[in-house]
Parts: sequence; structure tokens; C-alpha cells
Amino acid sequence: MAASTITIRSGEDVVRVRQEVRRTAIEAGLGLVDQTKIVTAASELARNTLDYGKGGEARMEIVQAGARRGVRIVFEDNGPGIADIELAMKDGYTSGKGMGLGLGGARRLCNEFAIESAPGKGTRVTIARWK
Amino acid sequence: MDRIPILKLGEALLVTIQVDMHDRLAMALEEDLTTRIVEHAAKGVLIDISALEIVDSFIGRTLANIAMIAKVLDAVTVVVGMRPAVAITLVELGLSLPGVRTALNAERGMAMIRALLDDNGLTSADES
Repeated sequence: MAASTITIRSGEDVVRVRQEVRRTAIEAGLGLVDQTKIVTAASELARNTLDYGKGGEARMEIVQAGARRGVRIVFEDNGPGIADIELAMKDGYTSGKGMGLGLGGARRLCNEFAIESAPGKGTRVTIARWK
Repeated sequence: MDRIPILKLGEALLVTIQVDMHDRLAMALEEDLTTRIVEHAAKGVLIDISALEIVDSFIGRTLANIAMIAKVLDAVTVVVGMRPAVAITLVELGLSLPGVRTALNAERGMAMIRALLDDNGLTSADES
């Protein structure tokens, strides 16, 4: 199945992630609303990877479970990591220029959401949206 | 750097966002619009987002900022043309676009700006 990796080093790369996620979601057969949700979630997470993780990458692929198809994306950086994940997930919490909706908002827009992070160890966020 | 064009239409400024905006482009639009509102003593700002496939928290914040800045400068902002899938996603994301007036399309948006200006007695008649 189609898989691709986008390196995130600049704002233009965040746009590239959005476009590649859209392409993958269409290929997976997701409807327009589901496409829009996962592209928006990916935009939030790619920006986090850039702004807080000091850059990293997004790996995306089409996944299949029985008759269901979906898109899974892994965002990974080697940045400073997150000390208090629960706090970072809260709406309104921001350590930067955003609205504080990035992580919590991305979780609401996806069917699956997992985050692994520790101070000094970077951050990995995995999301999936199913058809 | 790329810029999003701003057109002057009577007392209003018209912006049609037709590209997938990266964050710096959105920030440049905020600055450019602020400058142009003052330059033209604009009373209204119409932003057409019908070509936007997503509005994430940064773009949403930029739209809210523009509306707030315009208000401080005595201009009203109307965002028009939001796609249905974008509206659904925005609400789920938790973004309520505080202070941003919206209309379904550019025609209704312009009518809204004219009506708001009429209510405030700010039609072109009192500029003569």
C-alpha cells in the first residue's frame, strides 16, 4: 500500500504534509468530511513537530483492517519532548503561538490517537482516521 | 515572498484566499490588511475562503485576529464561503472564531457589510 514520508523543516513543509495527507486520504477512499478532518489534524500536528519539536518527519500510509480502510500518520521529532502530556492535551494550553487546540483538537478529529514523549526524548504522535 | 492580493471595492477591502496558506503567508496577510485598512480608511473587510480546503487553528486564529484588529480600526470583517466540511471540522476542532462575522457567500457578505455601515450611519454620504 502507498506509504510516504515528508520531512518537516519549514512552514512550506507543513503545507506539503497537508497535501500528501489529502492525496493519501483520497486514495484510501475517505469521504470529504473525513479527508478534511484528518488533513486538519495533520496540519496541527505537523506545526507542533516544527514549532515545538524543532522539526522532524511525518510518515503516512493506507491501512486496512478487514474490509475497512483508513489512513495512519506518525509524526516524530527529536525535540525537547513533553514533560506533562496530560496538561499539553488540554484545550487552551499552549507554550507557543497557537490557540492551544493542537493536540486536543487533533485527537477529536481522529479515530485513533496515541502520543509518546518524555523530556529530552522527543515526541511521537500517531493518528488514524478510518472510512 | 508571496502575498495574497487585496482589492479595494468602494469602502471595503476584498480578499480572496486561493492558495493553501503556510503560516508566514497568513501572518503577512494580517499585516497587509491592517496597513490597507488605515491607508484607505476602509470600513469593511470581506474575506472569501471558499477555496480553502481546511481551516486549522492557526488560520482560524489569523481570521479572528484580523477581525479584532479591523474592529479596533473601526472596520467590520465578514468571512464568506466556508465549505461545509470545513465548518464541521472547525467545530469539532473546538474553534469558534470569536468576533468573526460570517456569510454564506460574497454577495451576502457585501450586503452584510453595507447593512452594518448603514446602521452605523457610515455610508459614503457622510463622507462628502
